[in-house]
This record gives sequence, structure tokens and C-alpha cells, in this order.
Amino acid sequence: MRWLWVLMLLLPSLATAYEAQPLAANPQAEARLKALAVELRCLVCQNQTLADSNAPLAEDLRREVREMIAKDMSDKEIIDFLVTRYGDFVLYRPPWKATTTLLWVGPFLLLGIGATGLVFALRRRQKKLTDVTLSEAEHSRVEKLLSKGANHP
Amino acid sequence: MNRFLIPFGLFVVVVGFLAVGLTLNPRELPSPLVGKAAPEFSLPQLHDQEKMISSNDLKGQVWLLNFWASWCGGCKDEHPVLIHLAQSGEVPIYGMDYKDQRNEALAWLKEWGNPYSVVAVDEPGRVGINYGVYGVPETYVIDKAGVIRYKQIGPLREDILEKKILPLVRELQNQ
Repeated sequence: MRWLWVLMLLLPSLATAYEAQPLAANPQAEARLKALAVELRCLVCQNQTLADSNAPLAEDLRREVREMIAKDMSDKEIIDFLVTRYGDFVLYRPPWKATTTLLWVGPFLLLGIGATGLVFALRRRQKKLTDVTLSEAEHSRVEKLLSKGANHP
Repeated sequence: MNRFLIPFGLFVVVVGFLAVGLTLNPRELPSPLVGKAAPEFSLPQLHDQEKMISSNDLKGQVWLLNFWASWCGGCKDEHPVLIHLAQSGEVPIYGMDYKDQRNEALAWLKEWGNPYSVVAVDEPGRVGINYGVYGVPETYVIDKAGVIRYKQIGPLREDILEKKILPLVRELQNQ
């Protein structure tokens, strides 16, 4: 009877043998994977990073990246591997290229246009204000009215 | 009058951009692999696991590589188009059973018909990654030298076949 108990106690240890390797087995590699995965886009659910996504393709790509890390490839090599297959779209930070110039410069261009528009509008308004010139008679009337106001607060 | 002309002009430009944006499909990404050598593979065949199919065996002819799976809805949509194309005999279609289960894939082909010359099995999806596959079905046109000339993302339709793929295939076959 006792051997049955031993067998039953041993059973759970057999089950764990089939479990996936825990992530913490190589914390350094996992940290690298995490750092890379937030820079890479999941192509199935396009507004999620590779780190966020549960899509099967994202799982596969994380597996590929994990294997490349295990092969001691540099971050640049890993990113190049993905870019040659999926294009710049896989990067959350697209590189500076002829085709991406508008993407990078566009916001500053719009800001510049807005700022120049504002400067012009303010200048024009200022011009309108200073353009009003008073005659001698109007000026003395203004003075009189103001001094009157000063007496009766 | 002039005051409203500039905002109105800007409004028209923005509407123009948005209108064009609505007609674009954000899922269709230009593949960096078009014009480059098709990634090599050597995989077991679906119908006979003992036999292998290698991309090297296919050199010297124009061929289509179609990534599909029994779980993929779009694959069923394009299936009649593939069957029709296979019947015409214009170009051989090689299937890539992507991240699928063998018995389900075989049952699927039995039920809907088999347009493929040979089907390769890419169960872990590694060949898919090499080809930059991110949404099945995807179809590649590969020339005699083994260079990818065209990539179709999403289901094939008769009009895409007539307008783009078949003219390209004929041109490549005559080279």
C-alpha cells in the first residue's frame, strides 16, 4: 500500500516536467526580449506592440526573437531580421529615410506654419491699433474726460 | 469674404486627405521582399509526410505560392478562384499549409477541392515569417529565377487575377 502513496506523491513532479521553461530561467534574455518587443509592432493587431499582443503571429515572433537572443545576436541584427521580412512598419520608431521625411518633419512644419500665421495676425492687429491718430482737439478732449474721471472715482 | 477663404481652403484640403485615407486599406503593407529572392524552404508534404518539397525544386518555372490554413475564413472565399485557376492550367499553384493541423487541412481539401500541385506543411509558421506573412491567405508570384515578383495580401479575386496576376505570369513565362 505504501508504494501507491509514493507513486501518487511522485505524479505531480512528472507533470511539471512537461511545463514550459519559466521566463525567469534567463532573466537577462527576458529583459532584452521585453525591451525589443515594445519597439516592435504586431502586424496582425496593428496598434499593439509585440509585447502587448496575444495574436499567434506575435507569439511566433517573440519565439523567433527569443531564439535570436539565445544565439547572441545583437539588437540591430534582430531588428534587421524583422525589417527585411516585414518592412519599416514593424518598427514603432521608423528610421529617417526619403519616404519617411514627411512623417518626421510634418509636425514641425505644421507648427512653423501655425507660428508664422500667428505672428502675421498679431502684427496686423497691432498695426490697426497704432494707425489711429488723434487730432489736437480730440486729444485735449480725451485729457479732459480722463481728468474728470479721476475726480469722480 | 477673404477671411473665410483660408479656413475653407484648409477644410477642403483636410476633407481631401481624409477621403483618400478612407479608400486605403491599412492592412495592405508593401512587402520589402518583392523583387528579392524568395526565401528557401524544404518542408514535408501534406499528402505524403515522407516526401519533402523544396523551393529549389521549383526553379525554372513561374509558380504561385499560396499560404492558407483550414482555420482561415478568407481562404475559403478565395478557394473557388484558385480551383478555377488550377483548372485553366496556366500556372502551377503550390500550397503552404500555415500553422494548421494535418488532418484538418486534409479534410478541408477533400471537402472543397485541391487546387495545389503540392502542399507543404509549415506547422510552426517559420517559413511564414521568412516570407513576411502576417495574414493568411497570402499569395506570391515567383519567377523562373526564384525572385518574388508580386505579393497578394488577403483573398484572391477573379478581377485581381485577370488584371494583375495572370498578365504578370504570362510576361514572366515568356522571359
